[in-house]
Amino acid sequence: MAWVNAIIQGVLTGGLYALFACGLSLMFGVMKVVNLAHGDLAVVGGYVAIFVITVTHVPVLWSFLIVVPVMAVVGYALQRTVIQSALNRGVLTTLIVTLGLSLVIENGLLQFFTANSRGIGAGMTLVTGSFSLGSQIELPYLLLLISAVAVAVLLGLQWFLSRSSYGRLIRAVADDQEAAQLSGADYRHVFGIAAALALGTAALGGVAYGMYSNLDPTAGTDTILLFAFVAVVIGGLGSLWGTLLGGMVLGIAQQIGAQINISDELLAGYLVFLLVLILRPQGLVTRRAQS
Amino acid sequence: MTTAANDGRPDNGTPLLEVADLTVHHGQLRALDAISLRVYSGEVYAIIGANGAGKSTLLRTIAGLHQPTSGSVRFDGADVTGLRPERRARRGIVMVPEGRRLFGSLSVEENLKVGATYARPGPWTIERVYETFDWMRARRSQRAGQLSGGEQQTVAIGRALIANPRVLLLDELSLGLAPVVVQRIYGMLPQILASGLTVLLVEQDVSQALRIASHLQCLLEGRTTLEGRPADVTAEQVEAAYFGLAGAAAVPGEGSES
Repeated sequence: MAWVNAIIQGVLTGGLYALFACGLSLMFGVMKVVNLAHGDLAVVGGYVAIFVITVTHVPVLWSFLIVVPVMAVVGYALQRTVIQSALNRGVLTTLIVTLGLSLVIENGLLQFFTANSRGIGAGMTLVTGSFSLGSQIELPYLLLLISAVAVAVLLGLQWFLSRSSYGRLIRAVADDQEAAQLSGADYRHVFGIAAALALGTAALGGVAYGMYSNLDPTAGTDTILLFAFVAVVIGGLGSLWGTLLGGMVLGIAQQIGAQINISDELLAGYLVFLLVLILRPQGLVTRRAQS
Repeated sequence: MTTAANDGRPDNGTPLLEVADLTVHHGQLRALDAISLRVYSGEVYAIIGANGAGKSTLLRTIAGLHQPTSGSVRFDGADVTGLRPERRARRGIVMVPEGRRLFGSLSVEENLKVGATYARPGPWTIERVYETFDWMRARRSQRAGQLSGGEQQTVAIGRALIANPRVLLLDELSLGLAPVVVQRIYGMLPQILASGLTVLLVEQDVSQALRIASHLQCLLEGRTTLEGRPADVTAEQVEAAYFGLAGAAAVPGEGSES
């Protein structure tokens, strides 16, 4: 039963990892930008939540109503300025520029919030409570909530991309920028919208992580970016539902590793990552298979 | 002849599209050398020339995809030389690019809807495109990337028409298509043009261009070598202008197709 429990915990943690990963995957899929500051921006979202909760006293769970739009605007602005001008100089430049952005953000956070870790207190019932199934299987409320949010976010993104007019433009621009321009679409604006979506979801990931664990200025690269990368690669580059599957595979591997020996948690995750890279480098869900 | 007056042309007011002394470089290479042209409303203006004559560069510069070294593009009386391609498209300069350039992962209908997003008001709608090209409705959910070359070309034309262009730029419709398919596409153009559309087209295949053109300009190595109405120029003149051979009358008439 302990193993079943480990797998269930892994699946639920996968939802959190999917929140980390879907924005990274979206930005890569649309503008071929590997945003190395993605994790740090998620952490910024978490800190914005802490700030908003302290200043406005909104209920913790509703803080996302402010945090997500704020980070979406930050995403749009970053894309239209720093990232776009890096893109104009070639895709490789974006790697260097987003790495620089990551360093700036981390050190900025250190400066303003110190290296102390801080949590987002979501309330005792939510954080420690759980459904019990039998004697050994526990379904923590918080992880259930985060997974439900992740699935809702992916459904929402998929609906937006496949049904809305802007979603159609995003896919058109991802296919052929020049042809989209000839149809009257300003691809830089469309890129900005994709980046806004990406950072909106990243902010949700940051807030969720702050509730589930603790935020500190380096969590962005040490944890969020790293797990997001692994989830995206396991799931398949550019595939939204692949990020959920990749997140779950990573989560399950970590939980099973921890079950064997608590110090093997991370190692097990990276071993599965390596296995996927060797056996199925295109990822579990390929873009063509997903429509 | 290159500075022919408006004799026989549909309008003697301001041209809808006016290109003046346009010079464009690709790196060191001078692709266009002081090209000028005037397209009047309702004309079907054909630019012919061999590979590398600068035809596509001219069209792409008019659409805004290249910036000229010097010269200007005026549209409906306003200077649009500095405008981005998407701004020009919204004003009514819409191009069907060389090689179709459909959004391959989008369905046929989604391709048309992208074309409709920033459309000007006008007669063309998705419904009218389906009526004009009747096969398209049944296959509207199919991915554009899975269509044949000729079908893709038709969807690309439909995508441009839906924007309700004031001037439609057609870049090498025949490129990479079987002769039968080219015949079919050019065969249906007069029906489309009956709505009074102004067209500037670029074509290597002279015989196709002459079928529908009301005005003709021939480029050679970035310069104009011939201009006039198709009825006023002889096949020999066209050949000489196309190949740059003075007195090329010995070359057989079909030699201009490649």
